[in-house]
Amino acid sequence: MAEEVKVFGTWGSPFSRRVELALKIKGVKYEYIEEDVYGNKSPLLLKYNPVHKKVPVFLHNGKPIAESLVIVEYIEETWKGNPILPEDPYEKAMARFWAKFVDEKCLPALWKAGSSPENERAKAVEEACECLKTLESALNGKRFFGGDTVGLVDIAANFIGYWLRLFQEAAGHDLLSAEKFPALFKWSDEFSSCSVVKDSLPPKDKLLAYFKAHIAGTKAAETNASN
Amino acid sequence: MAEDLKVLGVWSSPFSRRVELALQLKGVQYEYIEEEDIHGQKSPLLLKSNPVHKKVPVLIHKGKPIAESLVILEYIDETWKGDPILPEDPYDKAMARFWAKFIDDKLFPALVKMAQSNEREKANEEACECLKTLESALNGKRFFGGDKIGFVDIAASFIAVWIRISQEASGHEFFSAEKFPQLFKWTDEFVSHSIVKESMPPRNKLLAFFKARFAKAMEGSESK
Repeated sequence: MAEEVKVFGTWGSPFSRRVELALKIKGVKYEYIEEDVYGNKSPLLLKYNPVHKKVPVFLHNGKPIAESLVIVEYIEETWKGNPILPEDPYEKAMARFWAKFVDEKCLPALWKAGSSPENERAKAVEEACECLKTLESALNGKRFFGGDTVGLVDIAANFIGYWLRLFQEAAGHDLLSAEKFPALFKWSDEFSSCSVVKDSLPPKDKLLAYFKAHIAGTKAAETNASN
Repeated sequence: MAEDLKVLGVWSSPFSRRVELALQLKGVQYEYIEEEDIHGQKSPLLLKSNPVHKKVPVLIHKGKPIAESLVILEYIDETWKGDPILPEDPYDKAMARFWAKFIDDKLFPALVKMAQSNEREKANEEACECLKTLESALNGKRFFGGDKIGFVDIAASFIAVWIRISQEASGHEFFSAEKFPQLFKWTDEFVSHSIVKESMPPRNKLLAFFKARFAKAMEGSESK
């Protein structure tokens, strides 16, 4: 009997891509539904995620789950092949710790660094760099955070592995550079070129164009605001 | 034989009490170490065991440290299998994680904002919305975990203890039985549970702590 597995996401969102990546790693077939989150949220989305009204939402045999890392853990527990988390409880705790660090510290710091007004930018960039340096220490000579294969922390850090470098290219910043973060930079290459990951990423040109438009839009708004 | 298990905490911290409650529910013996001066001089042990955040709680099991209270709770549940905190069913487990995350990512910041904000009414409204949403997760059950205390109950313990005591100290009641009948009832059930009673900070001590804090805040604002 066919299982019903659905993912509600948006093409450019690192969060919904996390869920898709986890499913791809496990070879689970799913139906993908694109949501227009900035325009018109679908009735289904609002029904399945009434608390946050956000993507991704995961639907398994009619039961919805929201919050990407909660979904990824569910996927890990439901489809046992190609594990994303280590078996050892301590190593598992370390993976959860770093995934949490990415979500709660790194991503907000990176966001702030990318969107701060001129006068606050230097401080925001410094804080973002500190986060990246700390995260880099978790790699500890490994190919992936998960060791030889992509694991929970790699999945959680997907924004850093792929989106960030494109965002930098569009913005003319150089936050994640090979000089400043050699191990993390190398990891981002490994991550985004790894076969199972590559197929689950948004198209480079489309994402780059999106970032360029977004940055231009922000600049225009800033210019208008200061007039 | 007692395992080499330590908890670094602060007596008044809801986050370190989460860890202690989980261990006590499972009947696991541990050595508690109070961080005496968490806001001043952090101990070498804390800085060594949690270099990333330099915060409590930290669990140190056989010399290996883990930080972040919810991460610690999951580790405790996986290491000591009796009296499970998380449901076995993956979907129910996901729901428990979702609500614990909601508490930490939405509710707690909303409450902090309310305590610190100048826009008191708006912050109050947001906090109440969060409480209402969380209340819906109870869904007629005695505890979030069903018949027994579980992951979400432990995560929500600050509502049952810290919120109720701090509003008594401040005289500013926003969390009431009238506005949140189910959630309020849950707090009564929660605090009357024998193990919870023992693992939470002494009521009078916490009340005095909040009263002193509010008095200090008042002093600060009056001397301007």
